[in-house]
Amino acid sequence: MRIAVCVKQVPEGNSRIDPETKRLDRSGESALNPFDANAVEEALRLEDAGGEGEVVLISMGPAKAQDALRKALAMGADRAVLVSDETAAGADLVATSYALAKALERESVDLILFGQQGGDSDGAVLWAAVADRLRLPVVSQAAEITHAEGKLTVKRQTEFGYDVIETPLPAVVAVSDAINEPRYPSLKGIMGAKSKPQETVSLNDIGVEAERAGEEGSRTEVYALNDPPARGDSRKIEDDGNAAQLVVDFLAEKRLV
Amino acid sequence: MTLRPADFSPPFDARDYVAAPTDPEDERIEVGVLIVGAGPAGLACAIRLGQLLEDAPEVRERLGEVPVAVLEKGKQAGSHLLSGAVVNPRALRRLFRGRKRIDEMPFYGPVEHESVYFLTRRSAVRIPTPPTMKNEGNFVASLSQLGRWLGEQAEAAGAMILPETAAEKLLVADGRVRGIRTGDKGKGRDGQPLGNFEPGADVVGRVTVLAEGTQGHLTGVALDRFGLSGENPQVWALGVKEVWQVARPLDRVIHTMGWPLRAAAKYREFGGSFIYPMGKDMVTLGMVVGLDYRDVELSVHDLLQELKTHRLVRKLLEGGERVAWGAKTIPEGGFLALPKRLHAPGLLICGDGAGLVNVPALKGIHYAIESGSLAAEAAFGALQRGQTPWTPGVLAAYDDALEQSFVWKDLYEVRNMRPAFGRGFVLGGALAGVMTATKGRFPPRDLRLERDVDVELIRTDRAESYPAPDGKLTFDKLSSVFASGNKTRDDQPNHIVLQREVPQEIAELWGRMCPAQVYEAGSTHGDGTVTVEITPSNCVQCGAITAKGGRLTPPEGGSGPEYTLT
Amino acid sequence: MSTLVFLEHHGNELSKAGLGVLSKAATLGDSDLSAVIIGTGVRPLADEVGKFGAAKVYVADDQQLDAPLPQPRVDVLAQLVRDQGIDTVLFANSVLAADVAAGLAARLDAGVNWDLTDLVQQDGKLVGKRPALQDSVYVDVGWTSEPRIALFRSGSFDPNASGGTAEVEDVQLALEDFSTAARMVDQAHEESEGPSIEDAQVIVAGGRGLGGPENFTLVEELAKALGGAVGATRAVVDAGWYPYSTQVGQTGKTVSPKLYIACGISGAIQHKVGMQSSGVIVAINKDPNAPIFEFSDLGVVGDVHEVVPKLTELVKQRKG
Repeated sequence: MRIAVCVKQVPEGNSRIDPETKRLDRSGESALNPFDANAVEEALRLEDAGGEGEVVLISMGPAKAQDALRKALAMGADRAVLVSDETAAGADLVATSYALAKALERESVDLILFGQQGGDSDGAVLWAAVADRLRLPVVSQAAEITHAEGKLTVKRQTEFGYDVIETPLPAVVAVSDAINEPRYPSLKGIMGAKSKPQETVSLNDIGVEAERAGEEGSRTEVYALNDPPARGDSRKIEDDGNAAQLVVDFLAEKRLV
Repeated sequence: MTLRPADFSPPFDARDYVAAPTDPEDERIEVGVLIVGAGPAGLACAIRLGQLLEDAPEVRERLGEVPVAVLEKGKQAGSHLLSGAVVNPRALRRLFRGRKRIDEMPFYGPVEHESVYFLTRRSAVRIPTPPTMKNEGNFVASLSQLGRWLGEQAEAAGAMILPETAAEKLLVADGRVRGIRTGDKGKGRDGQPLGNFEPGADVVGRVTVLAEGTQGHLTGVALDRFGLSGENPQVWALGVKEVWQVARPLDRVIHTMGWPLRAAAKYREFGGSFIYPMGKDMVTLGMVVGLDYRDVELSVHDLLQELKTHRLVRKLLEGGERVAWGAKTIPEGGFLALPKRLHAPGLLICGDGAGLVNVPALKGIHYAIESGSLAAEAAFGALQRGQTPWTPGVLAAYDDALEQSFVWKDLYEVRNMRPAFGRGFVLGGALAGVMTATKGRFPPRDLRLERDVDVELIRTDRAESYPAPDGKLTFDKLSSVFASGNKTRDDQPNHIVLQREVPQEIAELWGRMCPAQVYEAGSTHGDGTVTVEITPSNCVQCGAITAKGGRLTPPEGGSGPEYTLT
Repeated sequence: MSTLVFLEHHGNELSKAGLGVLSKAATLGDSDLSAVIIGTGVRPLADEVGKFGAAKVYVADDQQLDAPLPQPRVDVLAQLVRDQGIDTVLFANSVLAADVAAGLAARLDAGVNWDLTDLVQQDGKLVGKRPALQDSVYVDVGWTSEPRIALFRSGSFDPNASGGTAEVEDVQLALEDFSTAARMVDQAHEESEGPSIEDAQVIVAGGRGLGGPENFTLVEELAKALGGAVGATRAVVDAGWYPYSTQVGQTGKTVSPKLYIACGISGAIQHKVGMQSSGVIVAINKDPNAPIFEFSDLGVVGDVHEVVPKLTELVKQRKG
């Protein structure tokens, strides 16, 4: 099975918002989004089980995103494609999903995997947007994937428990972090990663028109940063035997009980 | 109470960390020169080797697919690097041989002004800068950033850096060092393999260079295995520092002595603080205290918090915000504590791990770089002549070169200053003055160093004056650990070797000493002893515990702080 | 403005979160407010929607829409937006809604802002408010074109039944082939054991202040009474009192339930970053200086061994 995994880099250390661009400051060191490690791991497992195939990483980011890709290559992915272009800066879901879809069109894969969103990222729910552009079925929150005879059976985690969904291939699947425990790259894997094919392409190379890229291709904007609204008055009481009752009253007032 | 930490030594045996290679030969990872530690020493070694190999392709070919490998236990080069720092550019200039200019290096600017103050609780008296501390021609830097930059240069020079890789054992066979064995990954709290368990691997090379920094794990193991330790024990200081974003730029490099440390000899509180500008909008400040202090209640982290309440410092930080925190030990024994030799068959030792630090000048980075560079030349020499690097004496060229270098000359001159301060600030200061004036010819007979663990403990009410953390100017230890970027996985084995049942005062000593709140006195027993509770995932691997009665070993690769600005 | 609100249902009930979004939309002064319900046998649900401010309810009722899968819903919504000239589509977040909103954004090349906690008219523009960086900062976001798509944090608004009726209109189905390729083989059943910590709307967590592992039963009882999950701090997991899978914090799980009750937890930042965006935080700790009191909505300085069992009893009584 040929599998593409869409991965991204996230800033290392504690994140800050750049006061000028009002977007996440990505100038710090980059690491592989930990949730994407689950997707890479799942791709490797499916490939191991299937016997033959290829796991290719697709990513969009600045040139130094190569470092994040190297970790995934060290885990065992076969090659990486990085879409790196200055004009991609400031892209929102509309622009990013368009570019990713174009990059994926160049690869003929049976399955496209995404990781779950990290807490603070800018790219929530890319998978559904990419699937729509590629006109492929999409299943999200996959907690377990089984592959047999050209179709996938996916256990999907929802608020109400687990659904079981079947989809033919090719398809787009987003995995939850409960699906597996990503492997540590072996030292040999880390050393071998450097010689695996890493292609860097521009938006032009993959057929993304200038007006559909970056800020120009986006349909949302950020206006301002503010302090969070005060949590409201926080109350502190001492227990003189009555505290439990006061807590229940408080919860009732907030309609939590 | 005449307790000494030495009476509660950890159940640590260096021999447990020496082994022959066990992986089948075709599974061992073979490299040419193996460097442990992506700090200034290790990376300088890698860069110099790259230069030498560029002009000697036949040697490079003999070294195989990976001629130079640098193992780093942190997430990346720089993650575990911390210093003041004011860097003497001499060694960097020599290393790059004109191919890189100073303005291409990640410095925050030259030192333009400097002041030294003697502090009391309420005042700051400017004193003339001691000659050993003059910083003209030097540059302010973040060692973490410098490390990251040096890593890029090393990779450009052809070295392979392998991050998140801890060197756990020294591989020795036939009396020579073959390489190192990396630590396992994916073990649970009790050492049991987890779902994604990945065993360590034997990494073998023709020459192994240990550049592990202060309290280097395998450095200690090697000194023991090959009987390299000198007559005097090593002694350490603990430095705790913060980086702040500030409202007004600082125009000078500041050092302070005196308060909050106590001058009387009985306390043995040697050290001071530094406050350096990092560009126009950041300042770094830190407190450094010798670990031969005696007071059970002393906490360097809390002394740093206390320092910030002094009006001189408070003013500098007003309107600012803390953006980073970290801690690390510094070897302070200097020349007198150097090992007998810094080489063994197949092995070279560089940098802070060897103890190449000039305490009165507060400098070690340029010595690390110079020693790394000289190690590269010695290794290259041993490989080139078709000789084997483990033929006895071949690597002695490294020691010879070091002894001819400015490193040796500088360290020799100031060799007795630190031990002098064991006599207290005033007498120590006077002695140091005479030593400077005579360029080290005084005293005629060298002083002796005493191990930090042998110091007898006392108790005062020191803790009473520590400020309660307010979350704006002063901070508690846990939020500081958070500010170091430490996100270590909890579910892994404890990496600190320590006696767990000790008198209450010893447990308290360790609890206060540790800047990361790793140790806490737990349940008490009838006989006055307590169980020491350990939270290993807080550990920022500063090494203080090794100086004061325990032993730090490297945890799973990738653990620990993620310094970026320190 | 012409706004459409996506309403979900589970079983025979419309989800409150969606009705909350509808109620909020009604306050924005849009006379052209509509809602859409998609599924099988959902027509009866349409009748009550008018009460929450919608002038019209679109119903797509078909066997092909039975399973709660996103792509057929994208087809329905895209069709409505085009045919009815809708310029704003609002969703209350859920696993399903997130996929629908993103798919719709791609289909229509429409801007989508998600994780919003509020929506206001500001300087003639529609502006969304969303938290970022673990709720430490709030960002004002907007759209540069129409239609605009917004996804609200679940539970941001309470449903407000202010009365009124809505015209009901059936939608003709025109589904894409790829939208119906995935099919549901088995639908989720209610969990019998209580929610997992990731999905729980209520979490009761215990820390070292509990004193010992045996006291975790206090936490479990309260969690059960409230229908919530049990959480633990790093300290007690390290000490072996409770499993790592329940650890909340920087090196454990990040949760944001509607209610988080912290029992005997000091509130060190390592824990805080794992739960600080919870809706309401109640803390019980005997140390009046515990940092947790700085970010809890209600703090009780008291003994957990006394307060928690009483609280459990009172909750049980209230729930009858």
